[in-house]
Amino acid sequence: MSNNLIEVRNLVKHFEVSKSVFSRNKKIVKAVDGISFDIKAGETLGLVGQSGCGKTTTARSLCLLDPKTSGSVNFYNPDTQNMESIDNIDEDGMRIFRRNMQMIFQDPYESLNPRWTIKDIIKEPLDIHNIGSFNEREEAVMEILRTVGLTPPENYLNRYPHEISGGQRQRVSIARTLVMKPKFVICDEPTSMLDVSIRISIMDLMLNLAKELDVSYLYITHDLAVARYMCNRIAVMFNGKIVEIAETEELLQNPIHPYTKRLISSIPIPDPKYVRERYEINFDELDKIVKDNPNEQMVDVGNNHFVATHETKEYLIES
Amino acid sequence: MENQNVDRDVKAAIKKNWRLFKQSKIGITGLVIVIFFGFLAILQPLLFLTNIWDEATYHPVVGYDAEKISRTVVECPDQYPTKEYPTREDCPRVDEVNIRYLKAFGIEAEVGDSYESNVQPAPPSSRHLLGTDSLGRDIFSQIMEGSQVAFLLGLISAIIGVGISTLLGTAAAFYGGKLDTYLMRQSDLVLMLPTLPFLFIISAFAELKVWHLAIVLGTLGGLGGTVITIKSQALQVKVKPFVDSARITGGSKRRIMFSHILPNVAPLALLYMVFSVTGAIASESVLSFLGLLNIDMSWGIMIYLSQTEGFIFTGLKYWWLIIPAGLAVTLLAGGFYLVGRGLDDVFNPRLRRR
Amino acid sequence: MPDLLLEVKNLSMHYDTLDGNVDAVKDISFSVKSGESFGLVGESGCGKTSVAMTLLQLQPDNSVITEGSIKLDGKELIGLSENDLRKVRWDSISIVFQGAMNAWNPVIKIGEQIREAMREHYPENSKQENIEKIDELFKMVGLDGSISERFPHELSGGMKQRAVIALALSCDPKIIIADEPTTALDVVIQDQILNEIKKVQDLLGLSLIYISHDIAVIAEMTDKIAVMYAGSIVEMGPTKDIFENPVHSYTRALLDSTPSIRGEKRKLKSLDGEPPSLINKIDGCSFAPRCPDRETKCNPTEHMRLVEIAPDHFVDICSQGKQ
Repeated sequence: MSNNLIEVRNLVKHFEVSKSVFSRNKKIVKAVDGISFDIKAGETLGLVGQSGCGKTTTARSLCLLDPKTSGSVNFYNPDTQNMESIDNIDEDGMRIFRRNMQMIFQDPYESLNPRWTIKDIIKEPLDIHNIGSFNEREEAVMEILRTVGLTPPENYLNRYPHEISGGQRQRVSIARTLVMKPKFVICDEPTSMLDVSIRISIMDLMLNLAKELDVSYLYITHDLAVARYMCNRIAVMFNGKIVEIAETEELLQNPIHPYTKRLISSIPIPDPKYVRERYEINFDELDKIVKDNPNEQMVDVGNNHFVATHETKEYLIES
Repeated sequence: MENQNVDRDVKAAIKKNWRLFKQSKIGITGLVIVIFFGFLAILQPLLFLTNIWDEATYHPVVGYDAEKISRTVVECPDQYPTKEYPTREDCPRVDEVNIRYLKAFGIEAEVGDSYESNVQPAPPSSRHLLGTDSLGRDIFSQIMEGSQVAFLLGLISAIIGVGISTLLGTAAAFYGGKLDTYLMRQSDLVLMLPTLPFLFIISAFAELKVWHLAIVLGTLGGLGGTVITIKSQALQVKVKPFVDSARITGGSKRRIMFSHILPNVAPLALLYMVFSVTGAIASESVLSFLGLLNIDMSWGIMIYLSQTEGFIFTGLKYWWLIIPAGLAVTLLAGGFYLVGRGLDDVFNPRLRRR
Repeated sequence: MPDLLLEVKNLSMHYDTLDGNVDAVKDISFSVKSGESFGLVGESGCGKTSVAMTLLQLQPDNSVITEGSIKLDGKELIGLSENDLRKVRWDSISIVFQGAMNAWNPVIKIGEQIREAMREHYPENSKQENIEKIDELFKMVGLDGSISERFPHELSGGMKQRAVIALALSCDPKIIIADEPTTALDVVIQDQILNEIKKVQDLLGLSLIYISHDIAVIAEMTDKIAVMYAGSIVEMGPTKDIFENPVHSYTRALLDSTPSIRGEKRKLKSLDGEPPSLINKIDGCSFAPRCPDRETKCNPTEHMRLVEIAPDHFVDICSQGKQ
């Protein structure tokens, strides 16, 4: 039996965009174009790439916010102890899936209902899934507030989101996400809008909770330095495809795909003495190659390190 | 303990919004006007209840009180100007009565006699603060009665209208598709409909009472342009991450619509409610001015009466018949509009001064 | 010794708001030599953008400068008339701010918009001269000359931001203020823009004031930095000195909380608490409530002011311990 929590195979999400009001021709935007990955229990997988590469679309398809175009997503159902496809599960299965899959959003100012109190916001998942009695729910809210470091919880229960700071809001988001003890949480750049000095405390909190509550994350970010701090493995996405996936340190030390190399060489280093060398690539060419090879397979180059196969073919695209 | 907290927070929220509202001078002006008329509306029944006013004298519809005044009987000349009366308008003076007038009613009198007569309409006095109308009824009491009608009509139609448009607008945004298309076309249709002619037609078929008018105006307003505005606001809320978050957790459509989207559309709805009161008050005066409303007393009726009896053409000679009622319509309708502008500053922070 | 191009002395500024005065800038002094790049680093709300706006005298209407002087090339900027200021802006000092790439007029070609700014400042130039100069500027920031005939919506975010830099250079300023110019951009494009700014600066010998919350970017871009916290500068000195030997606890905290992809993966340290509200007057050290060293090393009751602890390395006196 594998200990995978989530298995994604050839996930595709296309959007139809009409070119103009009068034309019937629809243009298809291939936001996510056949990506596959697994997430093991207790692991954090980073999904890294520039904006518009399909990271967020992947996340939204995974948690069924937007229906996927094709591909399969299997999840581990703790009740039956089997991998089950989310496409043909019954209502019970769906409830279990919903309970075990949560998402933390980027913008702490928009992700909490401004008209609700903190208590109601955190309690909502328990209300929806009818978990526990009234008193048990209240107790669970207090408990999770303590867990995310908002102490004493009584000070926060009846406040509104606009009365607390950005960092505290993100803690409330995390509390809401974890109150049902899910096994898998998607994090869409949860710290990118926070201040530097607060960011680390949120990241540390998430790392600690992952250990304590045995949660796996899919951590979406554009910042490799953050991904390095948070993730066990990193998948690099480019134009709707995963071009390279490996253990974090392996990927940073031995990048193979030119896009990964370019990405790594773009990250500023907080050390004035270090002179960074830029690895230049021709993006138009790379674009074309990725588009011309729609049925790209990943090849294993050892060390659990996978690269899109066009990289192993002759055309290397350094310029 | 917990309730105290909630109380404290609600109080704090009200305090904060009130502080913002206070910043807007026009909002405060509007609020003062609205409160003034609200006070008038409540005061009248209180005056009757406490017998400070007796209904026989001061009732706005069936009350009667005429001042007696003795006037000198004169004979108006045929030719003007004369030494005494420069123009035809000047005879008789306020303290005089034309003998021909008396004769027409078969009353015997001689020039130079004093003749005791009722003053209807009577100018303002300490007994009747705004005078009486041509039927000897107290104008001030009528203004008070008119405020009750205006508030009743304005608020009921606004609540009905905003209730309808909030529900439909949110539903259109949330379900989209055919329902959305239908509702939008319907609101286009209602927007194109000329409201006043439509109301004339309705009043031709049925006797319109105040609350009928409130329902009609409310429904028309509710199906009209407000639906589009509310829908666009609801669309903005619908894509907020907290709605996504509720969907991921498995929240039902009903929960998302009523617990997440509606409360966030509500402030805008309240704003439109306040604005639509203005329109309702104005429509009422137009309809009663045209005599199309089956109603005993309102500001529109007051102007209607002074018009049908010809006082409206006498310039400012009988000003108390026209100006108080006209001013009341203008002020209260304007007052609600100004309150709306003030609330706009509170609810739309982007308009707010830093 | 290179002359001082920009000299800011004891600058204090507050915003007049409904809730009271927000002390955004408190008694700030720094100077920039010609050809130098100066970094201003701090978290959001620490007053770094207020400083930038005050340097250009573009602060909002509700701001009040209570004290201080800003001398550019020996000329005092505070109190200049709007007409004189217009000459100074762009002519000698220009700014590239965060959202600048979205500030292009969508219906006018990029080149025309730059020419408009140039006409204002160099009325004697012929159209051909201006066109040639724009071509040259575009080349300098890595854009094709044909871009000037395009409309803003035809360009990507990175290209628009490059064009903004070209615009900022169009009137030959002596100093450029870059206020988080890459925050809304992707890492790869950020990298390209940073590269462009650096190249242009070297090529034209400009001074640069680079404002950012990202200490890694600051490390790469600047020779000298000032760390701001709650409206005050808490530490200032040569970039290398400060990264090697941070003295103030806040500077250390910033460095300790920045993840890097180089070197050993290390445990990052976080700071407790939140930055203080600038509405309330703060006695003594504004960082004291969050300071990990307040019990041991610092003297948080001291009135905040900078002292020189090494050549050119200034630090807030509160961190210098009880004396």
